[in-house]
Amino acid sequence: MTETVDIKDLAEPGPGQPAVRLRAEGLTLGYGDRTVVHGIDLDIPDGSVTAVIGPNGCGKSTLLRSFGRLLKPMSGQVLLDGTSVHAMPTREVAALVGLLPQSPTAPEGLTVADLVARGRHPHQTWYRRWSSEDEKAVERALRRTGTYELAERTLDELSGGQRQRAWIAMALAQDTEMLLLDEPTTHLDLAHQIDVLELVGELHRETGRTIVMVLHELALAARYAERLVAMKDGRIVAQGAPEDVLTEDLLREVFGLRARVRRDEESGSLLVIPLGRDRDRLEATV
Amino acid sequence: MLKPSVEPTARRSREPSSVPGRKAVRVGPVSGVWRARDVFVPLAAALALFAAVVVNTGRGDFPISVPEVVDVLFGGGDSASRMVVLEFRMPRSVVGALVGAALGLAGAIVQGISRNPLASPDILGITAGAGTGAVAVIVLGGEYGSVSGPLAEIGVPAASVLGGLLAAVLVYALAVRRGLSGYRVLLVGVGVQAVLSSLISWLLVKASIVDAGRAILWLTGSLNASTWDNARAVGWALLVLLPVALVLSFPFGALNFDDDTARGLGVRIDAARAALLVTAVLLTATATSAAGPVAFVALACPQLAVRLLRTGTPPLLASALLGAAVTVWADVLGRTAFGSIELPVGILTAAVGAPYLLYLLARSGKARRT
Repeated sequence: MTETVDIKDLAEPGPGQPAVRLRAEGLTLGYGDRTVVHGIDLDIPDGSVTAVIGPNGCGKSTLLRSFGRLLKPMSGQVLLDGTSVHAMPTREVAALVGLLPQSPTAPEGLTVADLVARGRHPHQTWYRRWSSEDEKAVERALRRTGTYELAERTLDELSGGQRQRAWIAMALAQDTEMLLLDEPTTHLDLAHQIDVLELVGELHRETGRTIVMVLHELALAARYAERLVAMKDGRIVAQGAPEDVLTEDLLREVFGLRARVRRDEESGSLLVIPLGRDRDRLEATV
Repeated sequence: MLKPSVEPTARRSREPSSVPGRKAVRVGPVSGVWRARDVFVPLAAALALFAAVVVNTGRGDFPISVPEVVDVLFGGGDSASRMVVLEFRMPRSVVGALVGAALGLAGAIVQGISRNPLASPDILGITAGAGTGAVAVIVLGGEYGSVSGPLAEIGVPAASVLGGLLAAVLVYALAVRRGLSGYRVLLVGVGVQAVLSSLISWLLVKASIVDAGRAILWLTGSLNASTWDNARAVGWALLVLLPVALVLSFPFGALNFDDDTARGLGVRIDAARAALLVTAVLLTATATSAAGPVAFVALACPQLAVRLLRTGTPPLLASALLGAAVTVWADVLGRTAFGSIELPVGILTAAVGAPYLLYLLARSGKARRT
């Protein structure tokens, strides 16, 4: 639980061991006097795609918010390059960690270009609001997310999938090495969910960004993430490679779900076939 | 610092680097987005303001023609018209312009940080707080309508600022438990406003009939007896706070998003919001102390500016200039449109502003249905 890792070790990882720039140490989080996350230790390997899964209310979004410095820990800390994010200036964190909240809202009538340009905020000052670097980063983000053609449309004219891509473009324009996505696929149909996750995968492959996302769709999480972190009641139950984490036992334990986990021969991805709620466990937990 | 993205260069060189709809202006370290509307709308508003001031100044028992007024304003004219224009009539228009600008700016700030186009310093109880402070001085400080001298010059603005700040602090303290976002602030504001209205009523009942009459006239918002003294407090407030607001417009843009997004962009939202709110309170309170609560300017002008500039966030400078132009034109109308009856500017702005508020409500209802 409490391995004390020297900061030097973090900067220079041993052979075969990926660097860890973002980590939680004994992190306890909550709202008011309600504790949601209980003393979590978690390392996010640099350059990985991690998906946090778990039932509603297990604290996965809360965990992500504290990684993005949106929530002050009750105890413990979130370390970014060995420094507590809450001891760092907000702007400095924002230049390193980009965050897309679960249901972000923008002012009415905002165009896609203006939304994406807003992502440059941590790199700007009150008199330097549209430098050539800003322009390049915004153009890159628009093109990469396929929203360049939509740049002059307002957000309310877009479909759900297009709007989500525009928001991801904003997070991308922020040009951070780490990206936190809180349920980026909610309210999207399956095709658009795939669309968004393919985009996330592309980003990771092309730029080596570290990505942490909260996802509900288990099979999609297993397909698009390299690492899964399963949470229940504010604690981490399992973490590791998708095939090690996403097991029938874990689904029973974490979700109270009887399910079959199979591997599709052709694509090699994991399939989750739900069979029903686990009655015994359901009664035990409710 | 590591730059995470290495873009394939082939893709970039094929197309010229540009983002549609965001043409750049760059001078040395200063840069921004060039939009013709952002320049022409404020320019047009400034011209409309100038025209209103000229027309307003020419009107009166001793009419002065427009060319003559312009002549005086640019340093010419004979001594009689100079005296009438600069000493007697100018204060009225200048106070109107300053009050309008302060209210327009304060309204834009409040609408932005509450993310609600129907919010205004009136609804947050700031105006009522400022009004209560001023009425208290008029009623308790004067003897039979004779608040004058330092009490009028310093006492009324000071009491307004104090009242406005107290109301804002009260709203803030009652609403802050869950941050400053959403409807909680507005609901608390309406409650505080109701309490303050009854406090004003109580003061009026307690007052002598002459004081009460003066206070009621003041409460409708009037430029009638404006002097250079009235311009002083709000003038200083604008001189200091307009540049402050233009600097704060940087975090202000991000505050128009939800709290998590704004924080994720590196904005210290509580500090930025508090600074903006204090700016809005000082502007509203000094404006209210100068001319009474001039209704609907703070509500309508930012929305007008949003529509003219076609932006998502209430533009600060354009809202201020439109506020000034609208207020002085409303005064011109109030003085001339009804023959010998001179209506206070507050009644005119309310008469124009109230239907506009209804229009906004109807429109937002329609937008939600589709």
